[in-house]
Amino acid sequence: MTKISMTVNGKAVSGEVEGRTLLVDFLRKDLRLTGTHVGCDTSQCGACTVHVDGVAVKSCTMLAAEADGASVSTIEGQAAPDGTLNTIQAAFQEHHGLQCGFCTPGMVMAAADLLKNNPKPTEAEVRHHLEGNICRCTGYHNIVKAIMAASGQDVSQLAAE
Amino acid sequence: MPKDSGIGASSKRREDVRFLTGTGQYTDDINIHGQAHVYFLRSDVAHGKINSIDTSAASAMPGVVRIFTGADFEGVGGLPCGWQVTDRFGEVMKEPAHPVLAQGKVRHVGDPICAVVAETLEQARDAAEAIELDITELPAVVDMKKALQAGSAKVHDDLADNLCYDWGFVEENKAAVDEAIKNAAHVTTLELVNNRLVANPMEPRVAVGDYNRANDESTLYTTSQNPHVIRLLMGAFVLGIPEHKLRVVAPDVGGGFGTKIFHYAEEAFCTFAARQINRAVKWTASRSEAFMSDAHGRDHVTKIELALDADNNFTAVRTETYANMGAYLSTFAPSVPTWLHGTLMAGNYRTPLIYVNVKAVFTNTVPVDAYRGAGRPEATFQLERVIDKAARELGVDPIALRRQNFITQFPYATPVAVEYDTGDYEATMAKLEEIADLSGFEARRKASEAKGKLRGLGVNCYIEACGIAPSNLVGQLGARAGLYDAATVRVNATGSISVMVGAHSHGQGHETAFPQVVAEMLGIDESMIDIVHGDSSKIPFGMGTYGSRSIAVCGSAMVRATEKIINKAKKIASHLLEASEADIELKNGQFSVKGTDKSCAWGDVTLAAYVPHNYPLEDIEPGLEETAFYDPANFTYPSGAYACEVEVDPETGKVTVERFSAADDFGNVINPMIVTGQVHGGIGQGIGQALLENCAYDENGQLLSASYMDYAMPRASDVPFYAVDHSCQTPCTHNPLGVKGCGEAGAIGSPPAVVNAVIDALHSGGHTNVTHIDMPVSPSRVWAAMNS
Ligand code: FES
Ligand code: FES
Repeated sequence: MTKISMTVNGKAVSGEVEGRTLLVDFLRKDLRLTGTHVGCDTSQCGACTVHVDGVAVKSCTMLAAEADGASVSTIEGQAAPDGTLNTIQAAFQEHHGLQCGFCTPGMVMAAADLLKNNPKPTEAEVRHHLEGNICRCTGYHNIVKAIMAASGQDVSQLAAE
Repeated sequence: MPKDSGIGASSKRREDVRFLTGTGQYTDDINIHGQAHVYFLRSDVAHGKINSIDTSAASAMPGVVRIFTGADFEGVGGLPCGWQVTDRFGEVMKEPAHPVLAQGKVRHVGDPICAVVAETLEQARDAAEAIELDITELPAVVDMKKALQAGSAKVHDDLADNLCYDWGFVEENKAAVDEAIKNAAHVTTLELVNNRLVANPMEPRVAVGDYNRANDESTLYTTSQNPHVIRLLMGAFVLGIPEHKLRVVAPDVGGGFGTKIFHYAEEAFCTFAARQINRAVKWTASRSEAFMSDAHGRDHVTKIELALDADNNFTAVRTETYANMGAYLSTFAPSVPTWLHGTLMAGNYRTPLIYVNVKAVFTNTVPVDAYRGAGRPEATFQLERVIDKAARELGVDPIALRRQNFITQFPYATPVAVEYDTGDYEATMAKLEEIADLSGFEARRKASEAKGKLRGLGVNCYIEACGIAPSNLVGQLGARAGLYDAATVRVNATGSISVMVGAHSHGQGHETAFPQVVAEMLGIDESMIDIVHGDSSKIPFGMGTYGSRSIAVCGSAMVRATEKIINKAKKIASHLLEASEADIELKNGQFSVKGTDKSCAWGDVTLAAYVPHNYPLEDIEPGLEETAFYDPANFTYPSGAYACEVEVDPETGKVTVERFSAADDFGNVINPMIVTGQVHGGIGQGIGQALLENCAYDENGQLLSASYMDYAMPRASDVPFYAVDHSCQTPCTHNPLGVKGCGEAGAIGSPPAVVNAVIDALHSGGHTNVTHIDMPVSPSRVWAAMNS
C-alpha cells in the first residue's frame, strides 16, 4: 500500500492505495465521489474523464499513485458552491444535452477541456474533440449544440430543427 | 406561442441537475455496509461439457467468503421465460432450462460457471484464476441454417433439435398469399440480414443483493427498466421469495434500450447469495462482461417477397425469417420475432395478403432479446428495403410507389391482426419533403459529384405498435404477464403531490414530463409535483418502461388516478363552498361555483382533506390519495417518414451521413424537447446499426466483438445534426392523453433510410447491379459491392 495525497476539487485529500488502484477507483470508492463513471474497460468511452492539473484525463487509464501531489477536478467540483451550474452544465440542461446522465460527467469535463483551448469551436471541432466520449442516448445532436452554446455561439440556426 | 408549462411545454428537465453535478445515484454508487463482492467465472468456450470444477485451492485464497457453482442452485428455479409462442402446428415452443449457474454444460462464451464471493473484487478475481475447470469442448452451433440441418450438434441435449419454434402468421392466409404471389404481375425478392447488435447502455449492469435476517427481507438494487417485473420473475419463479419479503430497487439507471428489461442470472445470484452468507453481495459488470452477458438484439436472416399488380398496387407480402434465440430463452425473446414483428408487416400500406414465417433457432451464442424497437425495426427494414428495390425494378419513384399504396382510411384492420386507430401517412411524407428539402436534393447531388463523391437519397416510412399492451390480447398471444400499468397520486396536506408510477425513467425524463400532465389537469405549478419511481416498496405496481409504453400506459393510469383526485376534491370543495358538487369547477388551481364569485384554493381543499374539522365525514373519507391501474384497449401506432442523404467515397467505399430528417406522428406530445431528444437518440442508434455496429462470432462461437475496440459504437463525428419534426399529430383515440409514444421510432425508422440512400448513391455512380448491401454498410462492403 502506498500513501498518496492530492487536491480534489480544491480540498486536500489523502489515502492508502494498492499499486494497481486506478485513479477512478480512488475517486469513486475511497473518496465516494461517484459522479465520475466507468463505462468500459478499454479506455474508449470517456465516462471517467476528469481534469488532472488542468488537463482532461481518462481516470480509468491513470493509477491513483500517479496523481499523487496533483490537483484533480471532477464533475462534483464544477458548479458554484451555492449550487449554481457553470456555463457548460447550464447549457447541457438548457439544450437537453443529456438523457440517462451516465456519459454526462465525462462529456462536461471533456467540453471544458475543449473550450479552454478553443473558445469558439466549429461543429466539426466539437465532434472531433468528443471522439473519446461515447453517448448512447442523445445521438450527440444536443451535446454538440450545448457545447457550442456554452461557447457563446448562437445555436438557434445551427441545428436543422 | 409555445406553452411554458403543462402539456405541450418544453419544460427543462429537473433530473438534469443531479446528473450534471455528479449527484445522481446509479446502482454502482450504492455500497452497503459489510458488502462482499462477486466475480463470475465465465465460459471461454461456446459449447462444452463440464467434467469437474475444483474450487478447493481457490477457496483457500485470501478474502474468499464462498464459491458457488451450479450445484448450489439445484432445487432453485431457473431463469423463466415470460412469453410462450405457439407454432404453426399448434405446438408450444421448446423451452429449455436456463440455470443461474451452468449445470453440466456451458452453452455460450460468457455462460457463468462459478461465482466467487470475496471481501474485495480483486480478491474474488484472483481466486477465480485458481479454480480448476475441466471442460470438454464440444462442436459449437453458430450459423442458424446449419443449426437446423439434420446431424447438427445440439445446444440442448434434451431437445430433439435446435428449433425453438416454427411460427406462421397468419397461417390461414398462407395458401392465398402463395397464390397471389404466383399470379402477381411483378414480384420483388430480397434476402437480407438484420445484424446482431449489442444494446450497450453506457452504464453496465450492476446488482447488489442485500438480506436482513431479522425480518427475512431481501432487497435487490439493480439496473432495471422494470423493478416489479424483476420482483415477480425472481421472487415467484427463481428464488421462491414472496412479494412482501422482496424489495427491488432500480435507482438512477444509465440507459436501457431493452437490454435492462430482462431478469438476469446475476440478479438472482446476488439476492440468493446474500441470504446464504447473510451479508450484501455486489456485482458490477465490466464492459467486456456486458458484451458476453447482456442479451443481444436483432440477428434475423430474412427473405421477403413483395407482389404487385400491373398498376403497382401491393397485392401480397411473404417472408421467411430465421431468428436467433442464442443459447437460452431470455425473458421476452420468443415474442420479438413473432408478435412484435409479424404484426407490423403491413407497414403503412394496403397490402391485403401477408404471410410471415419465423423459425427461431438455438445457437451457442449469448441469448437474443428485445433491443430498442424489438421486432419492429426488423419488420420495417425488410419491408422498406423491398419496396425501394421494387421501385427500382419497376422504374418508378420510390416515394410515389409508397404514396400510391398508403393506408388512408382509419381505423384500418391489417391482415396481420392489428387495427391502426389513427394516422396520416400522407401528412408525414409531405412534412418530410419540406424539412428534408427533397426538392434541393439534385443540386446537392451535383455539388457532391463535383467533389468526386457519390450522393444518395433514401426515404422510407415506418409504423410501430407501442403502448404495450392490452392484457387479454397479449395473454392469448402467449404473454405470461399482464401489461397494464399503475399510478398512485398522493396529494399532501399543503397541496404538494407525489405521484408513484410503475414506469421507470432511465433517460426518458419522466420526472419532468409526468408532472406536466398532472399540473395541466389540476391547474397548479409543475414544481408542486414530484414523481417517485423505481422502488417496489414505494410504488403500487407497474410493468416498467419499454415498448414506448410509459406515457401511453402508465401516463394513462396517472390521468385516471388524477381524475379520481379531482372528483373527490370537488366533493370537498362543494362542502366548503356550500354548493352543489355539479356546480364546482376546477381551473388554475381554484375551485369555484359556476355563475358565482365563490371560490376556494387547491390548498384549502387539500388541507381540509387532512385536517377534516369542517368536512363531510359521513360521505367521504379524509385524505386525498388515489390509485389507478390502466390496461390499454389497443396498441398505439406512431408512424412517420424518414430521409437520409449520404455521400459515398468511390475510392474507399466510406459512407458519410450528410443529412438526416425525420417527420413523426406521435399523436399528442407532452414535452416536445424530450420527444425530440428521444428521436435524436433513436436515429443515432439506427445509423449505428446501418453503418457501424456488428456483433460478430467466429465459426467456433468465439465472440469477436467483445469490447469497444471491436464493436463500433457511433461517435459524435459519425452523425450529423438531425432535422426532426413531430407537428403532424393524429391523436390516439383510445387513451385519455391521445399519446402514442416516441421512444423507439428513431431506431425503427432510420436503418432503411440509410441503406436506401447508399444504394441510391451507388446507382447514381453507375453501379446499377448493386441491389442490396447488408448492414453494417462498412467501407469494405461498399467497396466490394462497387467492384463486384
Ligand atoms: S471508463 Fe474510462 S474510458 Fe471508459
Ligand atoms: S445521456 Fe445516456 S449515455 Fe449519454
